[in-house]
Amino acid sequence: MADLSTDFLGIRSPNPFWLASAPPTDKITNVMRALDAGWGGVVWKTLGSQVKNVSSRYSSVNYEGKRMMGFNNIELISDRPLHLNLREITEVVKRYPDRAMIVSLMADNDRASWHSLIQQSEDAGAMGLELNFGCPHGMTERGMGAAVGQDPEIAKMVVEWVMEKATIPVITKLTPNVHSVVPTARASVEGGTNALSLINTIQSITGVDLDTFVPNPYVAGKSVYGGYCGPAVKPIALKMLTTVAQDPLTSTVPVSGIGGISTWRDAVEFMLLGATTVQICTAAMTHGFRIIEDLCEGMNNWMDEKGFAHTRDFVGKSVPNITHWEDLDINYHHIAHINQDKCIHCGLCYIACEDTSHQSIRLDRENPYNTYTIIEEECVGCNLCQLVCPVVDCISMVEQRVSPEYVNWKEWQRRGLPLNDH
Amino acid sequence: MDIVNNRLSAAQYTENFADIHPPFETVDAALVEANRCLFCYDAPCTKLCPTSIDVPKFIKQISSGNVRGSAHTILSANIMGAGCSKVCPVEKLCEGACVFNLMHEPPINIARLQRYSTEKAMAARWPLFQRKASTGKRVAVVGAGPAGLSCAHVLAREGVDVAIYEREPKGGGLMTYGIAAYKVTPEFCEEEVQYILSIGGITIEYGQALGQNLTLEALQQQFDAVYLAFGVGQARRLNIPGEELEGVVDALSFIYTLRAEGYPAVPVGDKVAVIGMGMTAIDAATQARRLGASEVTLVYRRTQDEMPCTEYELDIAKLDGCQIIWLAAPKEVQGVNGKVNKLLCERMKLGAPDASGRRSPEPAGQTFLMDVDMVIKAAGQEPFGTLVSNLSLENRQGRVAVADKASTNRTGIFAGGDCVNGGREVVDAVQAGKDGAVAILTYLF
Repeated sequence: MADLSTDFLGIRSPNPFWLASAPPTDKITNVMRALDAGWGGVVWKTLGSQVKNVSSRYSSVNYEGKRMMGFNNIELISDRPLHLNLREITEVVKRYPDRAMIVSLMADNDRASWHSLIQQSEDAGAMGLELNFGCPHGMTERGMGAAVGQDPEIAKMVVEWVMEKATIPVITKLTPNVHSVVPTARASVEGGTNALSLINTIQSITGVDLDTFVPNPYVAGKSVYGGYCGPAVKPIALKMLTTVAQDPLTSTVPVSGIGGISTWRDAVEFMLLGATTVQICTAAMTHGFRIIEDLCEGMNNWMDEKGFAHTRDFVGKSVPNITHWEDLDINYHHIAHINQDKCIHCGLCYIACEDTSHQSIRLDRENPYNTYTIIEEECVGCNLCQLVCPVVDCISMVEQRVSPEYVNWKEWQRRGLPLNDH
Repeated sequence: MDIVNNRLSAAQYTENFADIHPPFETVDAALVEANRCLFCYDAPCTKLCPTSIDVPKFIKQISSGNVRGSAHTILSANIMGAGCSKVCPVEKLCEGACVFNLMHEPPINIARLQRYSTEKAMAARWPLFQRKASTGKRVAVVGAGPAGLSCAHVLAREGVDVAIYEREPKGGGLMTYGIAAYKVTPEFCEEEVQYILSIGGITIEYGQALGQNLTLEALQQQFDAVYLAFGVGQARRLNIPGEELEGVVDALSFIYTLRAEGYPAVPVGDKVAVIGMGMTAIDAATQARRLGASEVTLVYRRTQDEMPCTEYELDIAKLDGCQIIWLAAPKEVQGVNGKVNKLLCERMKLGAPDASGRRSPEPAGQTFLMDVDMVIKAAGQEPFGTLVSNLSLENRQGRVAVADKASTNRTGIFAGGDCVNGGREVVDAVQAGKDGAVAILTYLF
């Protein structure tokens, strides 16, 4: 049995799976259900300014019958009385001392408000604080949330206010609604933050009602940009996480990874790219807290299989494998191979290659099942055929190096090797 | 027991003749199935459809919420796509070819999805086709079955005025009169015919039979071209003693009565033998059971390997409790007081392959007697040989001979469907009608 427990700046949790600051962590009823189900910890839904929510609040993107591929919300920070949230936080910490209790904060834009909120949270028993610099809607108009996270100088200033006061670890949560998360991440580290978390939601419109012409979600005939999350955003989050993991300054602090994590595989990917813990929301909102069972069991089995005793043994392991394009080996080449015993003759590889790639698949028409074979000399090894093939291990990419020597783009140019020669 | 009608209660009839392939009950159910479809390129399902319906396209259109487009995709290839979704032997056509079979997964339920789109089109009477401006050309079609309707619809779309002459009081041909009621109801068939005619430019005169109250010469004088789609005729005779006894009936008339007059009106025996193992034999046997016969036995002179019906159809018969005797041929129908009471059969064995490539049955030298009170003949149908000869049409054993899929030896006279192919599936007839229309349009313009 692998050890799934994590130590995030001294905040311990029995597994790396925390519930992200969001509707599932807005009150004790939900949080206790989550912890009873086995979640490692929670980031309590953001406390702070006085707000008022609207109805409706959520919308989603469905894809070929699969619901909630992408999810968006226009809900604000917690709309419950502060004293009630704080009392419930105290109660949860008392009942579940072995679980992580992080409290997300978004105070009004002045030092005193932040200090007051930090004091109250610490008094309530919070083990860590997460600064919400990421909420993309509702709060930004008031100079909070993403409005802070999008301006490194403001972010640094707020982090500095926080660090004057906080006596427990501080995690700064980053907004993805920027061209790069690194400037704000660096500014936050310079300001003294103990850790980072990313990503918050991405500004979005999930769709438009074709009958009413009103985009989603619908509020009395109007809509607003919402925050996008769920499986669809995972690749964007992984990229942003990696940029933070690769930066010399920001890589010095631990990161809690967020963004479309639905399965243990997703979580392992986030951790391989530098996350110490992961935070999950949409998957729980889609299926309930019971998903924690396979999150833990799947990660455990994978770790056993790979020989990792502890989660820290693989955190960041894939970061060095993201390099610069100009460092890639141009002499590496692989080509597709179709296993005729597995082929079901659906033709998806053929039409994808023929219409949109390099016409590298030969079609022999027969009735009713055509035969498809790779024209090796035309194949550029792009993977498209393998990606569209519905049969596992039917199309494989077979290595056929052009030459054994590693030659990258810079070297290629230096030697005057042929260009535009395909 | 004797041959009597009205053996069951109304509730039993309703239950026994309920739709054997019920539709998707909800949009979600259809979407789940539609989303399984891989959207194959040069799809095997389309290739095995005689009318070449673009199956992946129409399924994708259900997924995208374009059901009207889906219905148009189906019906533009096969104007009887709604009926075919209920009666096609899909297990040997589109669904049999589905690539999921090669993954040992259940194939896409193509027929049910096709029914989903086309039923919506029929219920809402979507006007999916528009006639081109009238060309002033007029074509007569003999027979309002699948071939005739299909041909008429293509011609009407192209601005040709079509007059159909039909012998029966209703259109639809064997779809209306010759198929098991648990597959399609007569009411559905009537609605389908009406939907096809809703394009306009097509008239039907019922009770008009070529060679009786209608002549080809008259049609040729009045019209620019004639399409013959009069189908096939009576059940093939057994040519054995006792065939004229009361209680020996032809499968198509049995099914015809059932569909034209309703279940309680159809007399059925208590112990019924059905001769043959084609689709019609199965339809007759299962319906005899469903009308209340206590024993139904299918008698076939060859083996399961040579049977014309599909495995799926055979299973329906077995599940209905029908018995099957392989390698047996009727030798004599015996009776008392002019009524059937026994069927004498001869054991058969398989010899050398015949013209159809199937091994031909030969007597094995033994006989056996069956207690029966009804014998239903379903050993194929005879073409209207005399009619075809009288019309001076080149033919092969009574089946009209055509060149280029539809042209007869007489200029301006075209033919297709069962009267040419000797009796095949509805979907084959629909394609024949399309081919006929193409040939006629080439001839006219």
